[in-house]
Amino acid sequence: MAAQYGAINMLLEIRDVIKSFEGPHARPVLNGVSLTLEPGQTLALTGESGSGKSTLLQLAGALDDFDAGEITLDGTPLMGLDDKGRADLRRRVVALVFQQFNLIPSLDVAHNLAFHARLGGVEDRSWLAHLTERLGLSDLVTRFPEQLSGGQQQRVAIGRALGLRPKLLLADEPTGNLDQIAGDAVLDLMLELVADTGTALLLVTHSPRIAARLGARVHLRDGRIDGGEM
Amino acid sequence: MIATALSALMSHWRRHPLQLTTLLAGLALATGLWSAVQAINAEARASYNEAALQLGGVPLPELRAANGTIALETYVALRRAGWQLSPVLEGRVQLGNTWVSVMGVDPLSHPGLPAMRPTDGAPLTTFTQMFAHRDTIADIGTQAQDTRAQELPLTSSTQVPLGMVLGDIALAERLLDQPGRISRLLILPQQPLGLKTRQPLSVLAPDLIRSIPDRGADTARLTDSFHLNLTAFGLLAFAVGLFIVHGTVGLAFEQRRPMLRTLRALGVPLRSLSLLLLGELILLAIVAGGIGLILGYLVASALIGDVAATLRGLYGAPVEGSLTLRPIWFVSGLGMAVAGALLASAQALWRLHSMPLLAAPGVLAWGQHSARSDRGMALAGLGLMGAGGLAVLIFDGLVPGFALLGGLMLGAALMLPGALGLALRFGQSRTRGPLAYWLWGDMRAGLPGLSLALMALLLALATNVGVSTMVSSFRLTFTGWLDQRLSAQIYVSTINDAQGDELRAFLAGRVDAILPIRYGEVRIDGQDMRVYGIVDHASYRDNWPLLDGAPDVWDQVAKGKGALINELLARRNDLWPGEPGENDAQLQLGGGWVMPVVGVYSDYGNPAGQIIVSLDSLLAHAGPLPNRQFGLQLDPADTHALVRDLNGAFDPPLAGVLDQSSLKAHSLEIFDKTFVVTGALNVLTLGVAGFAILTSLLTLWSMRLPQLAPVWALGLTRARLARLEVVRSVALAGMTALLALPLGLVLAWVLLAVINVEAFGWRLPMYLFPWDWLVLLGLTLVAAAAAAALPARRLANAPPAELLRVFANER
Ligand SMILES: Nc1ncnc2c1ncn2[C@@H]1O[C@H](COP(=O)(O)OP(=O)(O)OP(=O)(O)O)[C@@H](O)[C@H]1O
Ligand SMILES: [Mg+2]
Repeated sequence: MAAQYGAINMLLEIRDVIKSFEGPHARPVLNGVSLTLEPGQTLALTGESGSGKSTLLQLAGALDDFDAGEITLDGTPLMGLDDKGRADLRRRVVALVFQQFNLIPSLDVAHNLAFHARLGGVEDRSWLAHLTERLGLSDLVTRFPEQLSGGQQQRVAIGRALGLRPKLLLADEPTGNLDQIAGDAVLDLMLELVADTGTALLLVTHSPRIAARLGARVHLRDGRIDGGEM
Repeated sequence: MIATALSALMSHWRRHPLQLTTLLAGLALATGLWSAVQAINAEARASYNEAALQLGGVPLPELRAANGTIALETYVALRRAGWQLSPVLEGRVQLGNTWVSVMGVDPLSHPGLPAMRPTDGAPLTTFTQMFAHRDTIADIGTQAQDTRAQELPLTSSTQVPLGMVLGDIALAERLLDQPGRISRLLILPQQPLGLKTRQPLSVLAPDLIRSIPDRGADTARLTDSFHLNLTAFGLLAFAVGLFIVHGTVGLAFEQRRPMLRTLRALGVPLRSLSLLLLGELILLAIVAGGIGLILGYLVASALIGDVAATLRGLYGAPVEGSLTLRPIWFVSGLGMAVAGALLASAQALWRLHSMPLLAAPGVLAWGQHSARSDRGMALAGLGLMGAGGLAVLIFDGLVPGFALLGGLMLGAALMLPGALGLALRFGQSRTRGPLAYWLWGDMRAGLPGLSLALMALLLALATNVGVSTMVSSFRLTFTGWLDQRLSAQIYVSTINDAQGDELRAFLAGRVDAILPIRYGEVRIDGQDMRVYGIVDHASYRDNWPLLDGAPDVWDQVAKGKGALINELLARRNDLWPGEPGENDAQLQLGGGWVMPVVGVYSDYGNPAGQIIVSLDSLLAHAGPLPNRQFGLQLDPADTHALVRDLNGAFDPPLAGVLDQSSLKAHSLEIFDKTFVVTGALNVLTLGVAGFAILTSLLTLWSMRLPQLAPVWALGLTRARLARLEVVRSVALAGMTALLALPLGLVLAWVLLAVINVEAFGWRLPMYLFPWDWLVLLGLTLVAAAAAAALPARRLANAPPAELLRVFANER
């Protein structure tokens, strides 16, 4: 494959991104990060606490601004993109699962599950029914988020994200709040579904064991990508 | 320990300045509106009590002569016999550019004359000066200085009605050029014991007629109803403010729960803690009450100009356009603030007592679990409404009427969250789009946090609708009634019967009809009232405001076969015309004179009963009566010219010439000024309710983010979410407004059909003003949008990091 086409085929391309929180003179949290992700590829992002993993994921998810560099998501450069354009990407291309509080408190499980797909205008009832079944949520559809355990909540969040059939799934320690058994169960499900649907995945995790199960792994240190097997 | 605990408690307010502001502002607004209304009421009452005293508002019976003037000898003879009387001379005279009414009294014996005191506080020179309103003096102009008035210098006194000159009877005699004459004699309340039987007036002065003075359309009753409005408003504004306080105190307690628990765990006894919180509350209440009093004073000062104008319109001159600080007003304002704060915090204080030492931190009810408490509140509300209704059914009087009002309002407020919840659920079930579906559900979930503010809004709107409907119905009814009652173009009074004959001669050919207004007096069930005798004329048949009666009423009256009575008499004595085929109620007029009641007419503003029969029947039973008042029917276009001619044509001049259009204009002006005040208070109350929404939204802000952040992350812009926040507030307020409309109408009905009948003896028909509702709805939506604008702006400009923090691990 010719090099110049490679960029076009990339789903996510992060190049020399700089991001700092406390004004331009503060030490940047991300200081020249570069990273690419192809369609269907799964990548683990590791790093110490406070190294900027969540920050990077949020930038990739078109949730926040950055100071310099470029991020291209599904062919759309994010630098200078307005709020509307970014919201559009979040609605159609990329789905996120955070560590907690992903769900909309005022909607029940069924409506939470369908929400992202319906918002993106791609609701597929049989696919949603399948997801509900696979994630073991069939008996919980009428419950509200506050009536679910942490593991159940994360399963709903994953179901909602995949209900959209996004090209890219960004997950920030989705099992960080769960015990190991529950966490593994949730993660197994997620990886299976991602594989089945060919969704690209960028997963933040502390656990080398989990990271090992993904296609590749990068490590974040001192605001830069520090090695790892691509 | 106490000091440490106190500083810990107080640190909460330092960290939540917005909450503190809300609490203080809510209480200050409540106190402010309440005390403003109180100040206006107290000021007005004090002023026109004086004026009523001044102008014979305490109606003393009086003696008049058939020919219009009482001879000095008659007066002297009565005084010798021991009768305590006070002479009054009245007449009209041209002074400078204008005609004025002159009233001469005996300053020593007259029951009360605060008006005869100069405005500038100069020494009292009652016997050598005449008094008139500043404007009257201006009307008379400087030319008057050359005429008779020069030797009678006029002193300005705001207490004298416009168009009147008041002074010692001797001065009035000279001004009117009627030496030794008396128009009427007031019979003073204190009379020597047994005088009535030893020296009865009917023997001493057989040709004098005893009567209760004419007080016109009795405006005291109208002002009473005006004050009732104001008081209802004040109470309501206060209640709305208390809702704000209740909300903030509740939130502050909720947020301080962990701190309270810690303090208790550290060994602060519950008793001390409760006392500390109580002390803190009272301190805050006093501060807020003080601010409220200043606010109230400002509002009252701004409004009292209008109120003064209103009441000046009603009475002539009574209310000063400025405000005096009254200590009682000050104390009652602070008292209300403290009592209100305690009332609003009772629940929170109670919860502190029942709080277990080691419970999990309280979770604020979001959404579903409030359904049960909604049902409980709705049931309580229903119970309150039922109790109010029962009170009116079982008991008579004003108190049950107000109980019904209170029950309705409070009950409806309690039912509001349940009703809104149902409506939102229905709306949600009808919605397909994901965003709309979310919005409905989100509104439902947000109800518990907003319900207090919405209740306040409901109450404000319902009062608004209720009181405006009442005032507007009153106005419409009253003006319609005026049109009917004042069907003659000009009303003329002469000084005696002889002048009455002169008048007839003068008017021959110039008017379409001259209708004599003649009346006698009867006593029914211990109440004095007038019996009018009328001649048969189309203007009565066409215009008289009949509430009840057969089609041939006027024939019956003309033939002397029946009497018409006013609504008050009909209601009080339960006298009504019979249904077709039934017998009419019989009216006992005394002395064996009995008449069937063939019709009932409305007579607003009159606190006494009144009867109309044919003139022939009246003269047959009551003997000779003065014939000095006439209504003139003519082409309205000629009215102005005739009034001018009448004023100049007689010597001595006529006692009074009034053209109907100026009378009406005068009455309408009064109402329009009432509207200004009612309207201003309406807007203020609505503003307070809007403020309640704003403060709720602001205090809920931190709880709001977790609701919004996930939706934002799923692909909605902050700007769009902000717009939806405004939509949400507007939708909730709009739904509340829709619910407030029927409540307001029921309120209006209670005011018109229950309270008015109990308080004033007449029932007013209710008119609907849909245009006003639309305006009100518009205002409400604007207020709701404005209240949501600030938090929405904050959301639209929130840095993504603030939203992302919701998902952060540290939470
Ligand atoms: N909104 C913010 N304002 C200021 N600093 C922030 C903000 N968000 C993150 N930071 C800082 O940026 C750095 C990176 O934070 P980030 O949350 O990305 O770390 P992380 O790698 O996800 O850590 P963890 O493994 O604990 O989740 C940290 O030092 C953090 O304090
Ligand atoms: Mg993180």
